[in-house]
Amino acid sequence: MNLLESAEDKAFREEVASWMAEHLVGEYEVLKHRGGPGDEEAYPELRKQWERELAGGGWTCVGWPKEYGGRGLSIEHQVIFHEEYARVGGPGRMGHIGEGLIGPALIAFGNEAQKAEFLPGIVKGETYWCQGYSEPSAGSDLANIQTKCWMDEDGDWRVSGQKVWTSLAMDSDWIFVIARCEPGSKGNKGLAFLLMPLDQPGVTIKPIHQLTGGAEFNEVFFDAAVARAEHIVGEPGEGWKVAMGLLAAERGVSTLGQQMHFAHELDLVIKAAKANGTASDPLIRDRIARAWSGLRVLRYNALRMLSGGADVSLGREALIYKYAWSNWHRDLGELAMDVLGPQGDVPAEDFDILRLQQVFFFSRADTIYAGTNEIQLNIMAERGLGMPKEPRGV
Amino acid sequence: MDFSLTDDQVMIRDAAQDFLADKSGSEAVRAAMASEAGFDAAVWQAIGAELGWCAVAVPEELGGMGLGPVELMLIQEQAGYHLLCSPFFSTVCLGTTLLKSLGSDEAQGEFLPKVAEGSSRFASSIACGVEAKAESRSGQWLLNGVVSQVCDAGEDSLLLLFAETDDGAGLFAVPGNAEGVSIVSQTGWDASRRFATVELNDAVAAMRCDDATRLASGGRKANALSRLYVAAEQLGAAQRCLDMTVAYISERKQFGRTIASFQAIKHRCAQMMVQVEGLRSAVYGAAALAADESDVQALSMECAMAKALASDVLFHCAGEAIQLHGGVGFTEEYDPGLYFKRARASKGWLGTPEELRAEIAGVLL
Repeated sequence: MNLLESAEDKAFREEVASWMAEHLVGEYEVLKHRGGPGDEEAYPELRKQWERELAGGGWTCVGWPKEYGGRGLSIEHQVIFHEEYARVGGPGRMGHIGEGLIGPALIAFGNEAQKAEFLPGIVKGETYWCQGYSEPSAGSDLANIQTKCWMDEDGDWRVSGQKVWTSLAMDSDWIFVIARCEPGSKGNKGLAFLLMPLDQPGVTIKPIHQLTGGAEFNEVFFDAAVARAEHIVGEPGEGWKVAMGLLAAERGVSTLGQQMHFAHELDLVIKAAKANGTASDPLIRDRIARAWSGLRVLRYNALRMLSGGADVSLGREALIYKYAWSNWHRDLGELAMDVLGPQGDVPAEDFDILRLQQVFFFSRADTIYAGTNEIQLNIMAERGLGMPKEPRGV
Repeated sequence: MDFSLTDDQVMIRDAAQDFLADKSGSEAVRAAMASEAGFDAAVWQAIGAELGWCAVAVPEELGGMGLGPVELMLIQEQAGYHLLCSPFFSTVCLGTTLLKSLGSDEAQGEFLPKVAEGSSRFASSIACGVEAKAESRSGQWLLNGVVSQVCDAGEDSLLLLFAETDDGAGLFAVPGNAEGVSIVSQTGWDASRRFATVELNDAVAAMRCDDATRLASGGRKANALSRLYVAAEQLGAAQRCLDMTVAYISERKQFGRTIASFQAIKHRCAQMMVQVEGLRSAVYGAAALAADESDVQALSMECAMAKALASDVLFHCAGEAIQLHGGVGFTEEYDPGLYFKRARASKGWLGTPEELRAEIAGVLL
């Protein structure tokens, strides 16, 4: 057990930090700390330009193998990259779905032609992707896909149905979709995994207006929209395997980067408490100490996840993580608003205050997306503690 | 950076687990609690002289193994899991930590080898603050006053006590059987660990133990480490509460099914798991930081965090263990009550959660 960094790791950390210090300046200065969850609508075009700036330095797709245009970094160095990126307020990554989800899925499951067609655009920051999984009837029960697809007379795939909660669809070029290719099939059988351009006649994107006032998510409607024959990943019927492999791909390397953003938010809470005098309230002090402690727990928990190894409870730390961070974040939002008081009740001009308001509102989504609290607790009880599975309807 | 345990650390933990599963089962714990000393002398003998746990944190040149906070934390986690009744905590986690952190070379050389070989034990207070006074008379230090919450004090123990002198606080070693020492031990609701009030009337110290140059930062360090070791014990106890609960509800049937199959019960167990695993991350992280010899301020923050969290988590899990056991959880016969009492008592040891968070807030704000 050793928390010290090797000289090589330190040197790499320095390399990332100095690149960021040289490049996140000038016109990009305004992007600092912007574009995270709850703020994804901020400066989309400039953030795409920033992606190309990153690409110029070789800082996109840092975990991908070099043969696919990545940097081939070890897990440790990927963690360091994300941490240093976030430490200086590196903006929310417009390309993260391409880089973190579909790219690794294509590397694992795609054919050579698909890799050649799609990976370079992701690496260069030129092609943007969104994810078409959730549907009105497929939320927690993700396999209950109703969107259907069939092969037309030209051999292309046609897709009809509706996806929902599609992040960044309005700023994306392509979508990957799971759709039912075997009529009458149920659950995770009989699905196909398709790549589709969004700019086509059969696709309609409608924003979902959130309680935050923003609209980061969308509904995406398909009316006999086209996925070309060569754009199915894996065989028809194997879509679930690809979709699940893709969810496993991220491996948690960006968690410490996420925690850097959390630390910044906690700093903003402390700054606000000092500014308005609530820092002398014993109850607020207690809650700030709790928030700080909770963030230490998340950090050590993430380090445990990334180390794996000899720990007897291997796996349990990974099972608790989503529940732990999302509920911590929700509590932070509540604390932030209690610190702000009346100042919190009016949408702020000052982004340091607005960010705290965003955390308060957007963190209500944190405990819902990517597995609700309730689904997480089921999974922990069943996989972590070996308790009986939930009964299912027939 | 690597968060996984070394092979040696795994071996130490597994050996502790095996030994305690054998020697510190529910019946053994209850027998020790009912005994006059509060612990089984044969088990303590085995811990000190055979297993070498008391030597773990003693430097090699003083006859110890020269290992650190991670190894001790792992043993403490197991001790808490099995609710071990033993002066191991007072001797190693409190006393040895104090001497190593702020003791003079002379004091360390005098007392630590005996601890390492299992022939001597320490008792010291878990109350914060200095309650006794010491004065030097004809080359001897004489102590007066009443010291509260002295852990595992006995006539055969060496009391390590802070006392105020004319030039600030010092640490003194007083034999438990010295003249002028009166030990009033009380069995608390938590009978698994004994605390005494020690009255000192011109009690003659065997030695003044502190090294003036180590006192200030060493005192903070010892305090931080001792909190970490309590937190590790609380972690183990909380894990036990979860494990015994899952075992019980997986057998207990109502309405024709195990009560473990009810979602209301599953979710409460899963929430215990979230807390226990988060606490484990915190305790392991704080121990790893302690092993890296980081600055005392950072260490104090981490250990205060771990101890505050551990107190809250154990109390929650012990309460849940009673509730989810149903009626039998309320009986003397079943174990949840033992852990509930330990949870309540240990909350205050070396600082309540509220006090510890106030310390943390003091640094942050």
